[in-house]
Amino acid sequence: MHYLEFEKPLLEMTERITALRTALGKGEVGAEKDMEKEVARLTVKQARVARLLYRNLDAAQKVQVARHPGRPQGDDYISALLKDFVPLAGDRRFGEDKAILAGIGLWQGTHKVAVVATRKGKTTTQRLERNFGMPKPEGYRTAMRVFDLANRFGLPIITLVDTPGAYPGIEAEERGQAEAIAASMSKLLDVNVPVITIITGEGGSGGALALAVADEVLMLEHAVYSVISPEGCAAILWKEANKETIPQAASALKLTAQDLEKLGLIDGLIKEPVGGAHRDESLTITRVGDTVSRTLLRLKGKSSKENRRKKFLALGHG
Amino acid sequence: MSWLTNFSKPKISTRKKRGVSASVWAKCPACGDLIYDQDLVPNLYVCGACGHHLRWPLKERLAAWFDKGLYTEIPVPHMPDDPLQFKDRKRYKDRLKEARKATGREDAFVVASGEVGGNPCVVVALDFDFMAGSMSRAVGEAVVVAAQAAQAAKTPLLAVTASGGARMQESVFSLMQMARTTAALADLREAGVPYIVMLADPTTGGVTASFAMLGDVTLAEPGALIGFAGPRVIAQTIGGTLPEGFQRAEYLKEHGMVDAVVARGAQKTTIARLISLLG
Ligand SMILES: [Zn+2]
Repeated sequence: MHYLEFEKPLLEMTERITALRTALGKGEVGAEKDMEKEVARLTVKQARVARLLYRNLDAAQKVQVARHPGRPQGDDYISALLKDFVPLAGDRRFGEDKAILAGIGLWQGTHKVAVVATRKGKTTTQRLERNFGMPKPEGYRTAMRVFDLANRFGLPIITLVDTPGAYPGIEAEERGQAEAIAASMSKLLDVNVPVITIITGEGGSGGALALAVADEVLMLEHAVYSVISPEGCAAILWKEANKETIPQAASALKLTAQDLEKLGLIDGLIKEPVGGAHRDESLTITRVGDTVSRTLLRLKGKSSKENRRKKFLALGHG
Repeated sequence: MSWLTNFSKPKISTRKKRGVSASVWAKCPACGDLIYDQDLVPNLYVCGACGHHLRWPLKERLAAWFDKGLYTEIPVPHMPDDPLQFKDRKRYKDRLKEARKATGREDAFVVASGEVGGNPCVVVALDFDFMAGSMSRAVGEAVVVAAQAAQAAKTPLLAVTASGGARMQESVFSLMQMARTTAALADLREAGVPYIVMLADPTTGGVTASFAMLGDVTLAEPGALIGFAGPRVIAQTIGGTLPEGFQRAEYLKEHGMVDAVVARGAQKTTIARLISLLG
């Protein structure tokens, strides 16, 4: 597993546990009984330290957790939670965007839904072809096509968002990145089916919001959502992004799920396993699955474009 | 003109008459030619030598577009300042204070109603001089108020954009204005009220990626920088140089992203025509 900087105490304990286990396995001479006891003690202690560390994460640490390469990604949620999934690709205008996975299927085998997820990728090849999870206009236009399809056939829309932002590149600008984002938001305010968004990791600015104009916007406990990355904010407002200014910017931006819930800018949180989503992928996915299913039942027959527009018109107002 | 009576008294814009002694020369940033300060207003801030469009002060723009320079400001309910008590090297509250003092505006917008070529319309215009026209809650509110006023009066809405993007000091509150303005425009569209956008220099970030790109008709000023990401960010990401004319109004037109690039001298006529044809 990849350990974050602040997780160093956990890493050290893991190393000691591994060393002890190896020694035990080799049958090295020594007080074997004591070693076994020590392994058990360290394992308990490690869990406690993880709990403590994760209970008091500051904003900058949350950003690291939200970006953790081992967190479950859109593909993981979809393959675990959607039965009979049929992927739907391409915008019918220009091309396919590998940073977006969209399709229809049965959520937890029960609810017919349309799903749109951003994809960061896990291998270097995947990350490169998916632009590290930064969609291009064709990605947003693919999403819009699926939103339209969902609307026509009465399927609720689930979006799973984990992106540093929309791709900033020459072709993306030429093909109308700004227009694609605006149109995607507009489309989500035009559909008459329930829309649920889960921000599973990074909610990067307009590139995330384009897919997050939902009846219910939920965030995983250690996910973040911001108008700009703390690095970008520090570079502009503090004139320099460094070890001191980046955490200051992260904290000032109020980008944690807890802050945003308090400010009334999101609708709720989904608890992560102790030590973060990357420590227990399947438990995280199950919690997301169950929460969405419950929300789908609650929203049944209750969501309309009028309500969604009203919600966003009133958001953060006064 | 009953739609006018709801609003406060019309203001006649005053064009300062400067004595010769007070006049100065401005330098065209494109060709370097010297422009006599007094010529800026009558020339609509366009360089006589090369046609370069300098940034047009909002007051002058509104005076030139509205018939006889006459318009009524539509009040926008005040949003509480500084929702996050944001402080970087400076307190956001102080930045606001300075911007207010420098511009005489509450925030980076004007909402006004009046007639263009005899056609009533509502205008929401961003002021780049106020914290780079960045999208605050107040700016979002202005767009919403303008859209709702246009909808209520059934008169076309015209937006003039000039913005560096998000008001970072308002973080996700700023971000959510993209969705808020989009929601207001969705209602306007359904009500069948035309919405025309004039993209001025520069229009980038969250403003471009929301109400600036949702027009029924999208116009742009010659040479205006228009984009989602800023050119520096893009150059950094790709690690190379950008094509000639990249993200300029003409480039966007070539790529199918705007309907027309309209020079200042033709703007009023074009807008009047559009309003009367669509309205
Ligand atoms: Zn010139």
